[in-house]
Amino acid sequence: MQKLIRIDPAKCVGCKTCELSCSFKNTGEFAPSRSRIYNEIFLKEAKFITVTCMQCDEPWCEKSCPKNAISKDMSSGVVTVDDDNCVGCRTCVSACPFGMIKYVDSTGKADKCNLCGGDTPECVAFCPTQCLTLDEEDKPLRQKMLRFVNTVKDGQMEV
Amino acid sequence: MDKGWKGQLLRVDLTAGTCKTEALNEKWAKTYLGGRGLASKYLCEEISPEVDPMSPENKLIMATGPLTGTYGAANGRYMVITKSPLTGTIASSNSGGYFPSELKYAGFDMIIFEGKSAHPVYLQIRDGKAELIGAVHLWGKSTNETEDAILSEFHGDAKIACIGPAGEIGVHFSCIINDKHRAAGRSGVGMVMGSKNLKAVAVRGTGGVKVANPKAYRDAALEAYGMLKENPVTGEGLGALGTPVLLNIMNQSGGLPTRNAQTGTFEGAEAISGETLASSYLKRNKSCMGCIISCGRVTKLSDSRYEGDGEGPEYETLWAIGAACGISDLAAITKANYICNEAGMDTITAGSTIGCAMELFEKGLVSEEEIGMSLNFGDAENMVKLMEMTAKGEGFGKKIGLGSYRLADSYGVPELSMSVKKLEFPAYDARAVQGMGLEYATSNRGACHVRGYLISPEILGLPEKLDPAETEGKAGWLKIFQDFTAVVDSAGVCLFTTFGIGVPQFTKFCNAANGTSMSDEELLEAGDRIYNLERVFNLKAGIDPSQDKLPKRMIEEPLPDGPSKGEVCKLDQMLPDYYQVRGWGKDGIPTEEKLQSLGLA
Repeated sequence: MQKLIRIDPAKCVGCKTCELSCSFKNTGEFAPSRSRIYNEIFLKEAKFITVTCMQCDEPWCEKSCPKNAISKDMSSGVVTVDDDNCVGCRTCVSACPFGMIKYVDSTGKADKCNLCGGDTPECVAFCPTQCLTLDEEDKPLRQKMLRFVNTVKDGQMEV
Repeated sequence: MDKGWKGQLLRVDLTAGTCKTEALNEKWAKTYLGGRGLASKYLCEEISPEVDPMSPENKLIMATGPLTGTYGAANGRYMVITKSPLTGTIASSNSGGYFPSELKYAGFDMIIFEGKSAHPVYLQIRDGKAELIGAVHLWGKSTNETEDAILSEFHGDAKIACIGPAGEIGVHFSCIINDKHRAAGRSGVGMVMGSKNLKAVAVRGTGGVKVANPKAYRDAALEAYGMLKENPVTGEGLGALGTPVLLNIMNQSGGLPTRNAQTGTFEGAEAISGETLASSYLKRNKSCMGCIISCGRVTKLSDSRYEGDGEGPEYETLWAIGAACGISDLAAITKANYICNEAGMDTITAGSTIGCAMELFEKGLVSEEEIGMSLNFGDAENMVKLMEMTAKGEGFGKKIGLGSYRLADSYGVPELSMSVKKLEFPAYDARAVQGMGLEYATSNRGACHVRGYLISPEILGLPEKLDPAETEGKAGWLKIFQDFTAVVDSAGVCLFTTFGIGVPQFTKFCNAANGTSMSDEELLEAGDRIYNLERVFNLKAGIDPSQDKLPKRMIEEPLPDGPSKGEVCKLDQMLPDYYQVRGWGKDGIPTEEKLQSLGLA
């Protein structure tokens, strides 16, 4: 099974520590604009939504790359850009329907989440609320399903 | 620069309409850290302390610290430094949100505004480039409307700090609101911004902040996060209940100043407590940039009389608009909080001033005819009306807009203003918590709680429990708290982190970020230096040590109720000690020797 960053939006408080820790580890600077994970704040609705690359099974970015610079490792599940082969043509940027791969001016390469290349992803290590976890199992999904199940259960008890 | 500081500031001449970049004074940055300290140094060097706060000669400085924009604790703060039109002292107001970090990402440690624009303008900054834009179309708009308008005309990801109508019409306690709900709240810094015809600052930055020693910085951050998580206040209390966690605590301590501080307990406390807010209008808690405490209260009103949404009320607001006015109607308090945020007014002074007006009314010193309605303690409906009138500068609201000191003074009873140096004290009664009385009397911006928060040891028992009724030893504690707070404000970190982390953690952060090798003692000495710098400014501005005092009520009228019944604040027992531990003369003036040792002579 592949380990992925699992996200439970209900736990996010909008602190952007994920963006800070990601950019600090991967670029050496605290620069949210260079982060590979995105924490968006909706003040009025009080919703905080975090998204990052979900390491697709059939990645659009990989398929679109004319230089075969993007590959998916089937054991770890990580989709990686090989900087040596990337020519900075941005085809992958157009292809990804989620906007999770971007072109970086300063390097001239495509850039995306690689789950910190085998370490515990820095965003997971620093997330203060466990909104982000690295897990084989999608526990937030199971929790959501269980909430629904409990609602049905409570209804049954009343009959 | 591979340091926490970006190494450059932006100087905006509003009279000439020019924006110029200049190098940050690195020597001063090391000696005064950043934020509050560094900006105070610039202000002291560049303006006369005797300047009229509302004149073009006054300057307004927005300053981040070397840690602003990084992770580690809650490292996303900035400070606004100017000469206060409310108090005549040096003003420094602190705020979080996302705006302060964005300023660093755009390449600037500070912005210095000088002069006065001939017409309304706002400042646009985008990655190191800045220009002034006409703001006639924004003048008169609320802080919410202003932010929305700039987001749509400039950049959807910009972060914005602005004034509301209160800052434009000269409400003496108008504030600067950023990210819609965060406030550089006290001392009337928004009034200075309004006097310069400056409506807003909008920033978009895609750069970053580097630190000198990344490995040491990361280690320091992991240690601080662990300590903040384990601490009951920062790890649990503030996230669940926000600052209103204090309401029931202070009421039970008998130190919740009620009805303009006529009593120390409020029978309606439970109805306006953090617990009640959490079970009614609270939608959820939220963080500022890089903060793991997440005390912010995102709320939405669901009430037949009032509507709206926003952030707050915080503890001080619940007290000021609630207990200080004898009001236990949470919907009305929340509505009045929204009015303050949208108009850009400090809720503490706003609420305390209305509470003062209520006492004037009940004592027959101001008539129903003059106010245009009755104004008894507990009248929530008329309080909301008066808050709206204040925000618009209408009728009696114009007098409220002067703050409680000028209001009470105009009726010949300045002693009914619960203020020091014309700044209203917040939600802790000096008769029940002696050390806070000393803090109110000696804080460099008037009666303020966030210059030396002795509530932490005296009530919460952090870092250790002190007896709030004791006067002995409070001077020494206060000096350390005031000096440490100056460090925290200068570094760019939220004061709330200090419930959980202490001087050693800040030393590690500052050294790793700035490539310095300061000791804990040297860092605290920088705090002492900043405190003395502010003190000297105030003395030169004509705020002499006779102003280190408390309202007569705190000194002469014993608390009539609660656990501290019969107590007064024994300021005279603490003040001489305080002057001594500060190394000042008996007259409260820093000695030449003291100033020389800090490099201030």
